[in-house]
Amino acid sequence: MQQTREVSPEMIETEQHYREMGLTDEEYQSIKQILGRRPNFTETGIFSVMWSEHCSYKTSKPLLKKFPTEGPQVIQGPGEGAGIVDIGDDQGIAFKIESHNHPSAVEPYQGAATGVGGIIRDIFSMGARPIASLNSLRFGSLNNPRVKYLFDEVVHGISGYGNCVGVPTVGGEVQFDDSYEGNPLVNAMAVGLIDKKDIQQGIAKGLGNTVLYVGSKTGRDGIHGATFASEDLTEDSESRRSNVQVGDPFMEKLLIEACLEAIHCEALVGMQDMGAAGLTSSASEMASKAGMGMEMNLDLIPQREQNMSAYEMMLSESQERMLLVVEKGREQEIVDIFKKYSLEAVNVGHVTDDKQFRLLHKGEVVCDIPVDSLAEDAPVYYKPSKVPAYYEEFQQMAPYVPVVDDYSAMLKQLLQQPTIASKEYVYDQYDSMVQANTVVSPGSDAAVVRIRDYDKAIAMTTDCNSRYLYLDPFVGGKIAVSEAARNIYASGAKPLAITDGLNFGNPDKPENFWQMEQAVDGMSAACLALDTPVISGNVSLYNESNNQAIFPTPIVGMVGLIRSTKYITTQHMKQAGDVILVIGDTKPEFGGSELQNVLEGKYFGQSPAVDLEVERKRGDALLEAIEQGLVQSAHDLSEGGFSVALSETLFNQPTLGAHVDLKGDTTSLLFSETQSRYVISVKPEDVDRVTALISDAKVVGTVTNDQKLVVKVNGEKVIDEQVKTLQDLWKGAIPCLLKSKA
Amino acid sequence: MKFAVIVFPGSNCDRDMYHAAKDALGAEAELVWYQDAALEGYDAILIPGGFSYGDYLRCGAIASTSDIVTSLRREAEKGTPILGVCNGFQILLESGLLPGALIRNENLKFICHFEELVVNNNETLFTTDYEKNDVISIPVAHGEGNYYCDDETLNELIEHNQIVFTYKNNPNGSVRDIAGIVNKEGNVLGMMPHPERAAEMLLGSDDGLKMFTSMLKNWRDQYATNA
Repeated sequence: MQQTREVSPEMIETEQHYREMGLTDEEYQSIKQILGRRPNFTETGIFSVMWSEHCSYKTSKPLLKKFPTEGPQVIQGPGEGAGIVDIGDDQGIAFKIESHNHPSAVEPYQGAATGVGGIIRDIFSMGARPIASLNSLRFGSLNNPRVKYLFDEVVHGISGYGNCVGVPTVGGEVQFDDSYEGNPLVNAMAVGLIDKKDIQQGIAKGLGNTVLYVGSKTGRDGIHGATFASEDLTEDSESRRSNVQVGDPFMEKLLIEACLEAIHCEALVGMQDMGAAGLTSSASEMASKAGMGMEMNLDLIPQREQNMSAYEMMLSESQERMLLVVEKGREQEIVDIFKKYSLEAVNVGHVTDDKQFRLLHKGEVVCDIPVDSLAEDAPVYYKPSKVPAYYEEFQQMAPYVPVVDDYSAMLKQLLQQPTIASKEYVYDQYDSMVQANTVVSPGSDAAVVRIRDYDKAIAMTTDCNSRYLYLDPFVGGKIAVSEAARNIYASGAKPLAITDGLNFGNPDKPENFWQMEQAVDGMSAACLALDTPVISGNVSLYNESNNQAIFPTPIVGMVGLIRSTKYITTQHMKQAGDVILVIGDTKPEFGGSELQNVLEGKYFGQSPAVDLEVERKRGDALLEAIEQGLVQSAHDLSEGGFSVALSETLFNQPTLGAHVDLKGDTTSLLFSETQSRYVISVKPEDVDRVTALISDAKVVGTVTNDQKLVVKVNGEKVIDEQVKTLQDLWKGAIPCLLKSKA
Repeated sequence: MKFAVIVFPGSNCDRDMYHAAKDALGAEAELVWYQDAALEGYDAILIPGGFSYGDYLRCGAIASTSDIVTSLRREAEKGTPILGVCNGFQILLESGLLPGALIRNENLKFICHFEELVVNNNETLFTTDYEKNDVISIPVAHGEGNYYCDDETLNELIEHNQIVFTYKNNPNGSVRDIAGIVNKEGNVLGMMPHPERAAEMLLGSDDGLKMFTSMLKNWRDQYATNA
């Protein structure tokens, strides 16, 4: 791989080389002030990655402060590798979501694979055993050959890494919209189980304690990855391919086992993975958090390539590396644990008390920076925001009224939309069952994994309908959290907390920043109403290609607790004779709907409304009914509305059908995307108890054994289809699109 | 009855195997790290799935050269029941303890879902609790589970009734729908599907549990005979 050409401190200033590293003139000047001199090449690089948006959140910090982060269920809030929630019995669930968008845009297999690897490291660096991963993916239209390639390779990368490392990929979501054509989104979430007493922190305490480097050797891959992630994708991005890291899941698997063994050794003081900005961020953050300093000798860093400079080593994002701080004199105990797994733990430095981040290389001091200036003193920007013209225009529009002639044909068309169609093609490639705890695999509302040796389980989901956020980021932000909660409730769980994966365009554009502000406000309101604080998250900005921002996409990863495995509920109808009920009234709301996409090829108007109080009340009532053993199946109504949701509930049981009888406006009843609704089925003898518990649940029909979906509105039959016909269309849509030559 | 579960670097179904033997079956089970090459004293040996050595070079190839495989061969000769699942099956093939090879799935993708298997031979140490031609539901999870052997080997497998499980709907292109085979002596069985993932109804199927109960019953019978 190519070596980096280094220039003198003088030239960095006079020729403004700091700009190439992503620093502004003002930022460079403040670095000069902090140091009282010009930074050298290595130091400039270190500042540039630590002050990149990816590491410092310098643009998003003022917004992130608005998120509610506290609650009795929160054991660890934002700030560590991952957040942790309480699930009783002195156990916690650690989870976090992270984006790997830009790497995946230029090198989709490795970009996605290392995204999975990175987030799993965040989990076990807390001391938690990774028990599940999920993902949230966005692509452009599958008619585009480049998009097909990106889609296939991203899925392949997640599969290649996740399967090998032995963590089941239990759920996720994939959506397709033109706004992601040049800039796909690849967000990976990992979930871990931990005994409270084992919680680790990434902290470098204790003067003189030893810094151990563990895992893969350092190479020249991923240099400046964090900076790359903090700028727009352009035509030149292809040349950034060498900025993309390469993953080794086998090494990761060894690291998981060794690190989880090491946490039981009292010699271990702190542990952190080398993620974005690699050695630089892990070392400086650990020292800064402890109020200490750190000195490392870079000659001792295990290196994969020859003649690596200090700059290259410090900025490399080579994967599968961890930094440990260990009590002085007890290094051998840790070294022996890693040796069992054929891993080297190398002494590369020690903790100091002068709060300096000092690096030696070939006998010279190549970096001497106040450590807090890297981790804590990064600049914070309050960007201007401005209401976009399109939003004002949409708000002025009369409500969109779609015209549908043939309801059956429309249902069929909707079922074949890639965003709605079966994702079996995707999740069949993921090992969703390894660890033998997966009760509900991909394909229902939320994934469910039981907690071994206890009767409880956890439910997990990722969700975000960015079309609503595009039309109205405040309401859309509320909906994103609400929809995730609906998935969790429907599976029989109480929502506990969320991790947020904020994906937006370039924040320097005031319209984009406005979207961010609004979305965060909306999400915060929903988190408060639903009692699901934000315990971890990630921010990915500059998601643009050819000057066009993606739809605002704040992905919500939510975890809930199922108090007994007997409450686990899936979306699928169970038995002929059961009664079908819909919870919640339907209004004519089609802005941002899949129906609007099909009919108009674009989104406009107003997003559906959401009432957070109603949302919470219905969710709690449904959960109460589930816990009383009254609910056979539950499914939330989302893209495509009631007709799509009802169809999906039949796709797992080849013998069943459904007959429903509705009254009102046919198009709304079938296709509107009014929020806070569920379709559930209950045994006939339980109907009264269910309607007493859930006041806005109404009987609409019955589960049959004729394998047909029959819908009557105002006494007239509007849909009469074989379930198998619908299912074949739904299942075949994505494989068919991939095969077709565009 | 005491089971050994061999753990190679990169094994990832080791705990699943352990729990199936210990919790679902209620027998004794121990995880045996590959460097602790002794396999004496166990009544059955389980080789779990996963990606030993990252599946680098060829699935199971590097693991098959480790010292513990020498010990495994000795146990195979002694008649100790040995069950290799997924990567464990690949290791048994690479070690020469079973004939044939596993190549990439026909669709060139990893696949993971429940598959229906037909019990073709219910007279092995591992399958006596099934009826012949039982159709059982067991998950598959593999990228290289496409069983291949030449005609001569295939004829031998048929002749000696060594094809234990076949797929009802072949998901990977395996020759003659083969999902699992046993050696001529009947004590070494390799299969791609994961019976340890189908050992309790909560996870969708307990059809795999009968493999473990069969092993236990046959061990008891043998113990009773020897006593």
